[in-house]
Amino acid sequence: MSIISPSMQRTRARRVREMLFRSAAMASLVFVVGPAMWLVIEVVVRAVPHWHWNVLTTVSQGTSGGLENAILGTLVIMFGVLIIAGTIGILAGIHFAELARPRRSGKASGAVLRTATEVLSGFPSIVLGYVGYIALCVGLHWGFSLLPALLILSLMVVPYIAKATESAIRQVPTNYREGAEALGMSPGYMLRRIVLKSALPGIVTGVLIALSIAGGETAPLLYTAGITNNLPSASLIHQPIGYLTYYVWTDYNQPTNEAHYVSYDAALILLVMVLVLLVTSRIIVARTQRHAEGNR
Amino acid sequence: MSVVGGDAESITAIGPIRRTSVVRRIGALLRSNEEHVWRWSARTAAIIPLAGLAFVLSVLVLKAWPAVKVNGFSFLTSSAWQPGSTYGAVVHTNGVAHPPGSSYGAWPLIAGTLQTSIIAVLIALPISIGTAFALTERLPTWISKPLGFFVEILAGIPSVVIGLWGVLTLGPLLAQHVYPLIANHVPNVPVLNYFRGPTGYGEGLLTSGLVLGLMIVPIIASTTRDLFMQVPPLPKEGGEALGLTDAEVARWVTIPWVRSGIIGATVLGLGRALGETIAVAMVSGSVLGHVAPNIYGTMTTVAATIVSQLDSAATDGTGFAVSTLAEAGLILAVISVFVNVAARVIVNRTSHLSAPVGRDS
Repeated sequence: MSIISPSMQRTRARRVREMLFRSAAMASLVFVVGPAMWLVIEVVVRAVPHWHWNVLTTVSQGTSGGLENAILGTLVIMFGVLIIAGTIGILAGIHFAELARPRRSGKASGAVLRTATEVLSGFPSIVLGYVGYIALCVGLHWGFSLLPALLILSLMVVPYIAKATESAIRQVPTNYREGAEALGMSPGYMLRRIVLKSALPGIVTGVLIALSIAGGETAPLLYTAGITNNLPSASLIHQPIGYLTYYVWTDYNQPTNEAHYVSYDAALILLVMVLVLLVTSRIIVARTQRHAEGNR
Repeated sequence: MSVVGGDAESITAIGPIRRTSVVRRIGALLRSNEEHVWRWSARTAAIIPLAGLAFVLSVLVLKAWPAVKVNGFSFLTSSAWQPGSTYGAVVHTNGVAHPPGSSYGAWPLIAGTLQTSIIAVLIALPISIGTAFALTERLPTWISKPLGFFVEILAGIPSVVIGLWGVLTLGPLLAQHVYPLIANHVPNVPVLNYFRGPTGYGEGLLTSGLVLGLMIVPIIASTTRDLFMQVPPLPKEGGEALGLTDAEVARWVTIPWVRSGIIGATVLGLGRALGETIAVAMVSGSVLGHVAPNIYGTMTTVAATIVSQLDSAATDGTGFAVSTLAEAGLILAVISVFVNVAARVIVNRTSHLSAPVGRDS
């Protein structure tokens, strides 16, 4: 290779190129972290000067008022996604990690199911929302309501949970399994008491990230959940439900200042909720890593 | 002895269960068949994504079929977006009812989707590689760890919040201070003259591309960082021993080592950019009917059009406008499924490194 050359001129050129490369790398880090901090600060700066705590305790009047209905609505949606997508996603992850191994003839079907899950994870969310509107809200006469929103959001985040579960289970040390088998545990009992137990932190992390995605979504909710200024009700269908992203999306370009404040407040609350979820997941990862290292 | 003990235990266990409640009997049944319960329920759950995907695609195709019959192939090349008159008598074309004068073309939407996504990837890929390099090779752990976490968090910021920042802060700032500077100093030659001309108010093609780029950087950067950390130190040290500079080690050792993983992450980022809706709907200007005349021009994408037009489309009594949106959605779905599958094929064919790709943590 001609990379190493005794020529002094080449050496100088290489030194310059090295310096350019290093500064470009640092500059690109600044280009990522800078706008991200700017964005967070901007939301805080716009929301905090007009912040009233009664935003949390009064319902919205559209372009003014509080956000209690939206906060509770977002929490209800996240809880529903936790139940539906959590169950399906974790079970699907168990299937991919444990049961769809190349042994047996299950290889082909495993590949099909896995490909479908991966394709779904890259599927445009608005198209899912459109189908939810056409098939569930209109087709099944459910109207704008909680259930179609939950089903569509769950379909959206199941791949993330399945993938996190799969990789968490694959990271369980082999000697745990061997120990369990040596003790004569049945495969099902071993899965529940040994494998799932050690994979739990990874699974919880995946679920928390999926919840933060679900809570921050707008497009698939607009035409499935509808919107209401009332507090969430107990009914799964026929009753629309409010959520935070709606108010960010509709109120920022309304003519009044009150509407702008609603939009900024909703953005701030969303940001805080998402940050809490993501930081919690990060803490879980850090703690289990320390635990694992201590064991070794 | 253990055999005897086992027998005695099972006899005493079966005894009381026969006389107790149904719940306990079901519980005992589940426990004794635990592996089958896991296997059966896990397989059922794993089929749900496939079933959901099949359901979504079949609803889309069924709903889009009337629009496909009326709009024909010119849907891909036409720029018109005319809902037609709601007052005139309903017209029938190929047996499908639609309002008189309605005419739809998705070319500006498709072009806008591809343009914004390509701009986003062109910006995000070099920045991501640079960021990953800075985080893994240049900075001490105490600062690179929190910064890496910050980059990951960026992936979780709701797109509507990024859109809010893009439309209220970034767009106006760029339109006032940066775009005029570029537009006035770029030479008037064939490719670069796309950067000349009126710079608008900050809502348009370039702003959308920049915002999308910011949204996909964390996906590509955090995957690339994880990949860089998986490169074993020996080849890199070998390169250094041969007298390579850091830049040359990155160019000749590190990046080739994980190239397929980077390609996969980039294509996944591309898929995310193609399907992103709300942020683009906020910063693109959402203007239908024309391809952006220059890089600052207002435009729209397929996803943004569906979210902003479905409301008014639902007022079309013949349902033709809603059907047309299904056709647009089908095109978007086909593009993003194609991109995703291509990414998997590239990663599977060229990589033996089981690198995690996607929004993992």
